[in-house]
Amino acid sequence: MPELSTLLAQVFTGLVLGMIYVLLAIGLSLIFGLMTVVNFAHGALYMLGAYFGVFLLGYTKSFWVALIVAPLMVGALGLLMERFLIRRLYGRSPDDPLLLTFGLSLILVEGVKVLWGKIGLTLDPPRALAGAVDLGFMIFPAYRLFLIVVTVAVLVGLYLFLGRTNIGLIIRAGSRDPLMVRALGIDLGRIWLVVFGIGTTLAGLAGILAGPMRGAYAEMGVSMVIESFVVIVVGGMGSLLGAVVAGLLIGQVVGLTTLFVPKLAEIMVFVVMAVVLLVRPSGLFGEAGLAE
Amino acid sequence: MSALRLLARRIGAHPVLAFWVFFALFPFIVPNRTMATQVLIFGLLAMGFNLLYGYTGLLSFGHAAYYGLGAYGCGIALAKLGVNSLWLGLGAGLLLAGLGGLVIGFFCLRRRGIYFAMLTLAFAQLLYFVAFHLADWTGGDDGLRGIPQLTLGLGPWQLPIENSLAFYYFAYVLVGLAVVALKRILDSPFGAVLRAIRENTSRAVACGYDVNRVKHLSFVFSACFAGLAGSLDALRLTVVPVESLFWTTSGQTVMMTLLGGAGTFFGPFVGAATFLVLEERLSLVLEAWPIVIGAIFSAFVLFLPKGIWGTLTGGIHGRQSA
Repeated sequence: MPELSTLLAQVFTGLVLGMIYVLLAIGLSLIFGLMTVVNFAHGALYMLGAYFGVFLLGYTKSFWVALIVAPLMVGALGLLMERFLIRRLYGRSPDDPLLLTFGLSLILVEGVKVLWGKIGLTLDPPRALAGAVDLGFMIFPAYRLFLIVVTVAVLVGLYLFLGRTNIGLIIRAGSRDPLMVRALGIDLGRIWLVVFGIGTTLAGLAGILAGPMRGAYAEMGVSMVIESFVVIVVGGMGSLLGAVVAGLLIGQVVGLTTLFVPKLAEIMVFVVMAVVLLVRPSGLFGEAGLAE
Repeated sequence: MSALRLLARRIGAHPVLAFWVFFALFPFIVPNRTMATQVLIFGLLAMGFNLLYGYTGLLSFGHAAYYGLGAYGCGIALAKLGVNSLWLGLGAGLLLAGLGGLVIGFFCLRRRGIYFAMLTLAFAQLLYFVAFHLADWTGGDDGLRGIPQLTLGLGPWQLPIENSLAFYYFAYVLVGLAVVALKRILDSPFGAVLRAIRENTSRAVACGYDVNRVKHLSFVFSACFAGLAGSLDALRLTVVPVESLFWTTSGQTVMMTLLGGAGTFFGPFVGAATFLVLEERLSLVLEAWPIVIGAIFSAFVLFLPKGIWGTLTGGIHGRQSA
């Protein structure tokens, strides 16, 4: 058995990974819940978040500016994708947006290789967060703590936005009964745009947040998007609480298997998914039959 | 255009005959024989995918799994277990792929709709990681090497198939038989139920069909076609790279089928040929050739969802976009 402090450190590492999953899965789930679009390009947008971060950091020399602007740039790209490409596919099979975004992610990944080269880049955390923090029971990198705090703040903000604002109300109503929302005279097209923008911004945020730990490389998004799919299947598609719980759970599963049986780390994610499918096919927090 | 369309419809009316005639001449039409064989093998893989997506309406993003299982099944039997018959090797590949389809299909069919696509993708990745770590059997990152080049045993005769043209015709016969099998499946009452499920699943349920079982069987058949493609490719290359199981293989299969035309009999072969020619031409002039492929594919999804062959034949079997 590893020592308690090693175990705790790994739990924290799993928590950090879980936060990245949560940011990605919540965006995917939000988009899916309202529009029944599975955005395969979510991973590519995550990757772009990290690259835009590297670019902005080089250009402005400020991590804080990059942290805010890079996700917005990704979100802007998301808006363009929704408005000019994905929107054409509403009313067709839900498979079609998935196929289209698959094609788009191929373009984005290869485009990044052309612009920034095939070799991965590094993204330095700001000097203020470079050291480690003594938590009393363990020492932990400051940047990772910062990542946890930012993610929690964003989640709280999102929760308030969805729960307390009029647009949030419309979004929730739209994912429950779009026909009724339209009958009330609300332009759902604009709401789709807003939600796609929010979801992709979150993907970009996850990308730049992950950058200082994992660097930026063109293929970084693909395995993440597949694992985020798993998070959504485990949590229950369309359930934001499910995305949070399952994201943290999968983060722990990866973190702890890395500690005990490193070879099984990637595999365990899928084993958890298979078990959930057997025991509770609609996911931990999913409603059976929702959006199928 | 209309003459071309007429020709396409004639071919579409007799697909099996058209396959045997066209592919008998095919190696003399294309500039290199490697590509001719690749078109057969990847066409077969896409054909298996098409049975599930084009005809049953289930989008699998994980056909790398069955292609890879077929390749490893055949490769491991020949290279590690000392099996010295091509037929047994192919059989092992087919069996492993079929079993994989049976098990993975069981899990994936627990969720419908768009989840299905995500689950197939996830299970294929699972197999990729398993193969990656089971290096004793699969060679891991280096791929499975040392698959012997056996002669083809036909009763008392032993035919060498090392020559690329000989291998082409070996693949031609096997893929041709698979084409016959697919035609039989589609023309059977079972095939009619598949299309009923694609068009209106609730109605198929209401008609009393055990829809989940039919889907599962279609999944297994589809996996077997993909597995045969994988086995053949293992024999062709005498190596199984671990990337066979990677999601890129699945993505390529999806792209080939949609370029050619999902839900059409020849679409997968047309798509495979188009994709491979594009890949060969583009990669010579442009390092980032996948951008162009991605753009073409996206444009097809947006503007030409019936694909090349589906548009030519006027969508007789065209997938309804509802």
